Amino acid sequence: MPPVTQVQQRQAHVHQFDNGMVLVGEPTEAVESAAFSLLVPAGYSTDPSDRLGLSSLLCDMVLRGAGPRDSRALINDLEVLGVERGESVGASQTSFSAATVSSNLLDALNIYADIVRRPALPSEQLDAGKLVCLQELRGAEDEPGQKLMMRLRRRAYPSPWGRSSIGTAAGIQASTSDDVARHFALCYRPNGTILGVAGNFEWQPLVDQVEGLFADWSATEALPVSDADATADDVHEDYQSNQCHIGIAFPSVPYRDPDYLRAWAAVGVLSSGMSSRLFTEVREKRGLCYTVSASLQTQLDRARVLCYAGTTAERAQETLDVTFMELLKLGKGVSADELNRLKARIKSGLIMQQESTSARSGSIARDYYHLGRVRTLEELGQRIDDLTSDHINDYLTAHPPSDFTFATLGPAALKLPQENP
Amino acid sequence: MNFRTHTLENGLEIVAECNAGAHSQGVGFFVRTGARDETDELAGVSHFLEHMVFKGTPRRTADDVNREFDELGAHYNAFTSEESTVYYAAVLPEYQEPTIDLLADIMRPSLREDDFNMEKKVIVEEIQMYADQPPFGMDDKIKELHYGNHPLARSVLGTVDTIEALSAEQMRGYFQSRYSPSNLFVGAAGNVDFEALVRQITERCGDWPACNTTRDVPPAASKSSFHCIARESATQQYILQLLDAPSSESEDRYAAKLLATMLGDDSGSRMYWELIDPGLAESASLGHYEYLGVGMYFLWMSCEPADAASNYARVQELEQQAQAEGFTEEELRQAKSKVKARVVLGSERPRNRLFNVGGNWMQRREYRSVADDLNTVDAVTLDDVQRVLSAYPLTGGTTVTIGPLQDWPAS
Repeated sequence: MPPVTQVQQRQAHVHQFDNGMVLVGEPTEAVESAAFSLLVPAGYSTDPSDRLGLSSLLCDMVLRGAGPRDSRALINDLEVLGVERGESVGASQTSFSAATVSSNLLDALNIYADIVRRPALPSEQLDAGKLVCLQELRGAEDEPGQKLMMRLRRRAYPSPWGRSSIGTAAGIQASTSDDVARHFALCYRPNGTILGVAGNFEWQPLVDQVEGLFADWSATEALPVSDADATADDVHEDYQSNQCHIGIAFPSVPYRDPDYLRAWAAVGVLSSGMSSRLFTEVREKRGLCYTVSASLQTQLDRARVLCYAGTTAERAQETLDVTFMELLKLGKGVSADELNRLKARIKSGLIMQQESTSARSGSIARDYYHLGRVRTLEELGQRIDDLTSDHINDYLTAHPPSDFTFATLGPAALKLPQENP
Repeated sequence: MNFRTHTLENGLEIVAECNAGAHSQGVGFFVRTGARDETDELAGVSHFLEHMVFKGTPRRTADDVNREFDELGAHYNAFTSEESTVYYAAVLPEYQEPTIDLLADIMRPSLREDDFNMEKKVIVEEIQMYADQPPFGMDDKIKELHYGNHPLARSVLGTVDTIEALSAEQMRGYFQSRYSPSNLFVGAAGNVDFEALVRQITERCGDWPACNTTRDVPPAASKSSFHCIARESATQQYILQLLDAPSSESEDRYAAKLLATMLGDDSGSRMYWELIDPGLAESASLGHYEYLGVGMYFLWMSCEPADAASNYARVQELEQQAQAEGFTEEELRQAKSKVKARVVLGSERPRNRLFNVGGNWMQRREYRSVADDLNTVDAVTLDDVQRVLSAYPLTGGTTVTIGPLQDWPAS
């Protein structure tokens, strides 16, 4: 047997510029590509309540020409550089991600500096941008699973944290060019922006390049976001479909909480791998579902475990009851065998994460956002090794899954289980 | 990077792209069987069997199989297509032998009656799940309409009726006839110990009896037609189009992929600028898909029902224009950059290389390195694209639309 594979030692560097922007980088010579994630503090939580979806609209608009390039030249030049790109709007940030062969990294960064600092925001293309957003909203109506989870999140989080990034048709339709420009001025700012880079590059030349591109970007004050109650959506939504879609949420701890790894591992026992509890009890033993899962979704200051199951209407009640029983049972603890299997999966996942520069660049940028530093894979591996089932069970005893929120979508409503039967 | 092959006496081949510098390895069994090898009575059996393979062997229960994969920290799964069924795992190199032990064992499944009846429910749920999602079954429907009773028109999932009528005995018969060592192979990529792999496979699979398998590869005679199917509960209108294109044996498949990228990639293509950028459609893309003896371009568009007819007319104009005038050097250069970057980025993970190595072996018994693919893409010229346009015109084809429209508006 060859020597046991370990997480390779890679050093993550951090550089903070005077304007507050943070560059984090993890170079390696083991790959031919480089990738970056540029997180800008324009999340859906910053959308004005009568302009829901404005951050998404802005994300579309900044790509319609920036710096010296018009809309077409911008996209074409990125493609000639072989940039695989993606954009998404989350609770607190808009994320621009890009990956390409390492020799094109700096050229691609030049273009992204224009995108987030000097977008044209052409008013003659506002209607097109709004139509793109409205198309996405309409498309979501035809995806029952996605629709259900949007409803569950609205019910489970205090407002504005359970919003969906795509907003509402009313919010998009009401948005003007002035709204877009104002939102850009408020939210696209260096303080709060994080650029994570992973792959084949040298650190110091990268710092110099990023300094040239971003150091003269002026900081502006962050918008305050205040919490309000979750929305008053009903539990059930009638929907014409063969399957009933079931969502259950309960509160958990965010990434930076000292208990996070314990909470995360407990959810892993529930839903990571085909020997996990939900897969075994709901699908393998009873054949109730094709899809059943749970995951811990974290924001900076709050987190929820979100569970999903989709099943034909006549088996939906049993699916809900069995899934819910598993959530209650988790409060009674996990076994050492379950944890050992999970550790093996986590460890190989960490090592394989090194094989994707895209995955790694996103991961180090998010790490910095949540922790104010980058945790190396080696350190994370060590913390996973140190985890015992007793640690997890202490956590579960103190914080058993409770305070559940439900949502269902399908041809008929279900009878909700009682928390203390 | 080092390509190795070995053939066992019973015909089972082992192919591997060995890369000692990789952190992990991908390994899998590639079976030359899928929906195209089924009959009406067996519709959906290949995919159902793929599920049943994880349900245990004489040595292992279903729980054992799931538990052991998880204990190895494996990232594992399986998939079934029209012409292949693939079982794979990505693991750390030190787990090569136990992973092979597990994969090889489940390739001789017990197919127990109780497990069969339980898993049947899961398959029905999977069928119902897809039936609720766009394009609401029309991906199967359009193949039937385009290819008639050609084997490639068969549905991978089957229907609730065919699945419910299927017996475990029928599945066992199908398994016996298709999972012969000469009709499957082991593929591997990444940090693989090849000598050990040959030994490990020989020990576990060397005594599998060989039997003859056949596959019909009739020529496809496609038909052009247009169909509008009403689904009142949908919000968007969905438009699918199938056109003939170079098959997996054709040297022109790279030119066809570049053509599809220039015309219908989801970013920066002609369809993107005409339909997505102005917000006229939610999505509009064209891809090239290759099978044994048959190739296809597959168009997918979704948009507001009221815009469907005008959007479809625009797509047809784009197709006609490409057919009449071809493409430009600049477009070809951009498409090549994009495709080559995808090849490079996609090659970094051993599990991705596994699918590439296995796919090439499955379709052509050929090995192609990353450099081979990059060179071939680079060598494509506008003349090649023109030749593909002439042989496989972008006009005609089969179109199916589904959504709130009761009738397609007359133009």
